[in-house]
Amino acid sequence: MNAIWAWLTDPLNWSGYAGIPVRIGEHLTYTAIAVLIAAVIALPLGLYVGHTGRGSFVVVGVVNSFRALPELGLLILLVLVMGVALALQAVTIALVALAIPPLLAGTYSGVRNVDPEVVDAARGMGMSELKIALTVELPIALPLIIGGLRAATLQVIATATIAAYVTLGGLGRFILDGLAFHDYASMAGGAVLIAALAIVVEAILTVVQRLAVSPGLRTARTRRRATRASSEPVAEAAGAQA
Amino acid sequence: MIEFRDVTKRYPDGTVAVDELSLSVEAGTITVFVGPSGCGKTTSLRMVNRMIEATSGQVLVDGQDVAKQKPAQLRRGIGYVIQQAGLFPHRTVLDNVATVPLLSGWSKAKARTRASELLELVGLPVEFGKRYPAQLSGGQQQRVGVARALAADPPILLMDEPFSAVDPVVREGLQDELLRLQAELDKTIVFVTHDIDEAIKLGEKVAVFRVGGKLAQYAEPAELLRAPADEFVSSFVGRDRGYRGLGFLSADGIAVEQLETVPVGAAVPTTNDWVLVVDGERKPVGWLRPGSSSTVDGTVTADGLEPGGSLYDVEGGNGTTGSLRSAMDAALSSPSGHGVAVDGSGAVVGRVSAESVLAALSKAREQAATA
Repeated sequence: MNAIWAWLTDPLNWSGYAGIPVRIGEHLTYTAIAVLIAAVIALPLGLYVGHTGRGSFVVVGVVNSFRALPELGLLILLVLVMGVALALQAVTIALVALAIPPLLAGTYSGVRNVDPEVVDAARGMGMSELKIALTVELPIALPLIIGGLRAATLQVIATATIAAYVTLGGLGRFILDGLAFHDYASMAGGAVLIAALAIVVEAILTVVQRLAVSPGLRTARTRRRATRASSEPVAEAAGAQA
Repeated sequence: MIEFRDVTKRYPDGTVAVDELSLSVEAGTITVFVGPSGCGKTTSLRMVNRMIEATSGQVLVDGQDVAKQKPAQLRRGIGYVIQQAGLFPHRTVLDNVATVPLLSGWSKAKARTRASELLELVGLPVEFGKRYPAQLSGGQQQRVGVARALAADPPILLMDEPFSAVDPVVREGLQDELLRLQAELDKTIVFVTHDIDEAIKLGEKVAVFRVGGKLAQYAEPAELLRAPADEFVSSFVGRDRGYRGLGFLSADGIAVEQLETVPVGAAVPTTNDWVLVVDGERKPVGWLRPGSSSTVDGTVTADGLEPGGSLYDVEGGNGTTGSLRSAMDAALSSPSGHGVAVDGSGAVVGRVSAESVLAALSKAREQAATA
């Protein structure tokens, strides 16, 4: 423990082109690129399939088969095929493949779970299909979509460690180099940093979820509380009616 | 205003949901489609705004074939209310109501002003605009649904079992509210329900559908009760149709007789008949059983009285005369056999008896026979 603490607090480890801040920056960059690309693919696809109901077998197939992929094996295969010069692209592809299933599943099931009556009402009022998808289904599905985003991001942060395997940076460097030099403090320190990073990002995404999701969609428990707090007269009126 | 011409809806698997439907819905009336499930009433309704396309035949709105109009534009001109209201859970009540005006290109400010007016129109406080649908009761949500359908002031309103998911008491309130709104707005309303009582209460005309999508009878509700077209309609209309038919006969001619009343706190009268106990505003409190001495000191108190039956409102609640049905019900449900007649403010004006209702009924029949 003391060794890990000493490693983590050693000012030398916090400076230079191979210091902890630089590695965190690299790690976050890999993660951000992969999650962004995955979102660009999975969100429209999930929205389309969820809205039309067409091609749901694609979603199920993609989600299941991608989940079964071994990321490290995929990465090494890609590097072998594409060459070390394209290692960054290879890492990105492997991480995108990892991030797509939770995002796609979240988006698809979020849209599918929208009350059909709500969609029927929207259509009956004269909304176009695109407008229904973007202004009704997407916002209502947002809690599940952000849930998928959180799962995807956490998995990618944890797995981006493998970038170090193919000569790239990121926090995985500390673990791999530590292993190579029998520097167990560095290995453990790297692992602690990855876990800490995951927790911080998770916390940030939780805040994002709070801000992005309409208060009308909060869970039943907070809903009841809100009703009680803000609407005593309503309860009375309802009681008088009943 | 809305015309169905030989409209058939057949699904690819061969089921016929609507079979050669021809009927016209008059402008400015409430027309109710009623029937058991699977009778095609909802399908017929949804063909008006092209939520379902007819397989053959035409649906005309204002003489224009709906099949030749763009669905989105057609729908914006037709209000649409569905069973669970279908409110957008992620939008405030005000934004829900403003949906169609915004779709039609109104400015946000104008649409919101209009939306608050509509909340008031359907009897909801304007502050409710800031809430989310989940914070409202079922009945309140349904009011918002009606407000949302009326927001762009469409001449036509389609209502698909709008009140069937709320409890009976709230439902009755919503039905009364709809009748009040209609008296004010004069829309052409097509209303679908499986509840024949609701159909008879709301409909100026009622179309009874049978399973297989055939129109069994299209008539005014009184006519439906008096002369059902066939076995199916008479069984669907139900056992009590004779009794319910009284609801369409005015109690104008029946005698309201003198009724002995005693205010709470007065001495117990010496009589062998039932006595109605009233409060300070002459509103009925309950009945004093013959020969009962309510308290030790011989005065009438509100405790220990027999609860009264339904009341017969001589003004019918909205300025018209009450119906024979409410008079009959008052007489039948009263423990004393005397139906209590009250005026618009609820004060007792006298009594009505079952005999006088029957006398009025036979008089009405004679008049119908000679006319």
